[in-house]
Amino acid sequence: MEGWDTTTKSTLTQIPLLTTKAGPRDGALWTQRLKEEYKALIAYTGMNKSNDNDWFRISAANPEGTRWTGKCWYVHNLLKYEFDLQFDIPVTYPATAPEIELPELDGKTHKMYRGGKICLTVHFKPLWAKNCPRFGIAHALCLGLAPWLAAEVPILVDSGMIKHKDDAATSAQ
Amino acid sequence: MEEELKGMVEDLQVLKGSLATLEKRVQNVTSLAKTTPTRRSKVKDMSSEVIDSNPYSRLMALQRMGIVENYEQIRDFSVAIVGVGGVGSVAAEMLTRCGIGRLLLYDYDTVELANMNRLFFRPEQVGMTKTDAAVHTLSEINPDVVLESYTMNITTVKGFETFTESLQNKKFSTSKHGTGVDLVLSCVDNYEARMAVNQACNELGQTWMESGVSEDAVSGHIQLLVPGETACFACAPPLVVASGVDERTLKREGVCAASLPTTMGVVAGLLVQNTLKYLLGFGQVSPYLGYNSLKDFFPTMEMKPNPQCSNSACLNRQKEYILAKPARDASAKAKMEAEASSQTEGPLHLDNEWNISVVDDSEIEGSTSNKSDALPEGLVRELPISDNYENKMIPVETNAVTDDLDYLRKQLDALNAD
Repeated sequence: MEGWDTTTKSTLTQIPLLTTKAGPRDGALWTQRLKEEYKALIAYTGMNKSNDNDWFRISAANPEGTRWTGKCWYVHNLLKYEFDLQFDIPVTYPATAPEIELPELDGKTHKMYRGGKICLTVHFKPLWAKNCPRFGIAHALCLGLAPWLAAEVPILVDSGMIKHKDDAATSAQ
Repeated sequence: MEEELKGMVEDLQVLKGSLATLEKRVQNVTSLAKTTPTRRSKVKDMSSEVIDSNPYSRLMALQRMGIVENYEQIRDFSVAIVGVGGVGSVAAEMLTRCGIGRLLLYDYDTVELANMNRLFFRPEQVGMTKTDAAVHTLSEINPDVVLESYTMNITTVKGFETFTESLQNKKFSTSKHGTGVDLVLSCVDNYEARMAVNQACNELGQTWMESGVSEDAVSGHIQLLVPGETACFACAPPLVVASGVDERTLKREGVCAASLPTTMGVVAGLLVQNTLKYLLGFGQVSPYLGYNSLKDFFPTMEMKPNPQCSNSACLNRQKEYILAKPARDASAKAKMEAEASSQTEGPLHLDNEWNISVVDDSEIEGSTSNKSDALPEGLVRELPISDNYENKMIPVETNAVTDDLDYLRKQLDALNAD
C-alpha cells in the first residue's frame, strides 16, 4: 500500500472487509457474498456523502447481482465530468477482479482495453490478488476506478478528447 | 543500311513475341482476380498416394517414416481453441492444415489493423469478428475440418455457461469418455480468461494446454495441464515460476504490450507440436516448455499440483487422482510384466560375482515419502507447518438472520436516490 495517499488509505480502512469467498456460480454462498458486497457499498457510499466526496452511483442490473451499472463523475477545474459505469462479475470472482468499464471513453485513451475496460493491471490487480477474498466491489471502485479517473480525466480534458457537456452543447448550437 | 533494317525487323519480332506473353499473363491475372477462389471438394479418406492433388500425402508419410502409427485418427479429434489472436489463429491454421477433425474457436474481438504485425489475418478482414474471419479462411484452406465458432467473452457468467456446454457437446464423436473435446488450447492474452479456462477444465476434468507470450514479445511458454495430476493454473501461474513476476501484473495487448510475429509463430508451433504428440501418441509430451528468444533457451520442467490450491475443483480432481492410484499402479505393473514376459526368459547374467540384486522401487518410494517432512539433523523449519490450512477460511460471522438481501438492496437504492 505504499505510494497511496493518506485519504485513500484512511477511507479504505473504513470500508468493511468481506469474508465469504464465493463467485456467482456458488448458489447460497454467493447470496451471502452479495450481502457483504451491499454492506460494503452502503458503508462506502454513506462515507463519501458525509465527507462531501460523493463520486459514483452503482446498483445491480440483474437479480443475480452479476451485472452492475451506474454513473461515476470527476470534478476537474470546477467542472463535473460524468460517465456511464458498468461491469460484470467474472465467473472466477473473487479470484479475479471485476473489469470496470467506462464505455463512453472507449477508444479515447490508450489506458484502456477494448470495450472501455479501464486498465487496472499495474495499480490495482496485485492489491486485489493479495487481499482476496476480503476486497469487494466497493474496494475495486475506491482503489481501481477512483485513481484511474484522477489520473486520466485531466489528461483527457486538457488534450480535448472529452468536452464538458455544457461546452459540447454550446458548440453544437 | 540493309544490315540496320534487318536488325530492326529482328528487334520488332522479339518485341512482338514478348508482348504476346505479357498479354497472356495479364489475361491470367485478371481471370484469377475475377474468379472466386477454387474450393477443393471434401476428401472422404486420407490417402497416402503421392500425387500433387492429394492434400494429405505428406502427412500420411509420417506413418511410412515410422513417426505416427495411425495418422488418419486425427480426423476423430476435437480441439477447442480459446482466443483467436496472434497464437490462437496460427495454431488453428496449423491444426486445420493437419486435417484435425473438429475445431471450436472462441473470441469476442474483431480484426484490427494493429493486428497486422502478426500472422494469419489479412487487411481486408479488418472489422470482421476474429472468429468469422478465421472460419472463412480456414474453411477455404481445408473444407474437411468441422469448424464451430463462438463470438463471446468466456469470463462472464453467461459466456462461461455457453463455453462449458459447448465443451460437453458430444455430437461430433460419441466415443469420448468425459467431454466432447479431446483437448482445450488456451491462447488468450489475459489472466481473467486463463482463470476461466482453468475453472472450466478443472470442473470438467478436461486436459488442456496453456500458452503465452511475454509482454516484451521475446519469450513465451506452453504448459500441459491435466486436472488433479499436474499443477493447475491457480496452483502455480507459469510466469511466477519462470521469472518471479506476478502474473496478475501482466499487461494486455490493448495497453501497449509489444508483439512479434516470430515469437507468436514459435509459440504456436510449440503448442501445436505438443498437441499432435499428445493426440497421435508419438514422442514425449512436454509438461512445460519455455522459450527465451534472447538466449535461445528452452527450459522444461514438471509441476505437481498444489495441495493448498485456492481452486476447490482442482482439490477435488487431486483427491480423485490420489484415490485412483492403486488402479493406476496395477495397470502400470501389468504393462511392465507384459513387457517383461515378452522379453527373453532366463537370467541376464550367468554369474553374479558381487551378489547384485534388483530391489523394487515402489517400497523405497513409500518409505521415503513418509519421512519427507523430516529434516536432516541441524536444520529447522522457519515457518510452522500448516496442517489446518483448509479450515482457515471458514467465515467468522454467521449472523445471517439480521441481514436480508432485499433490505440491503433497498438501502443502497435509497443512498443512490439522493
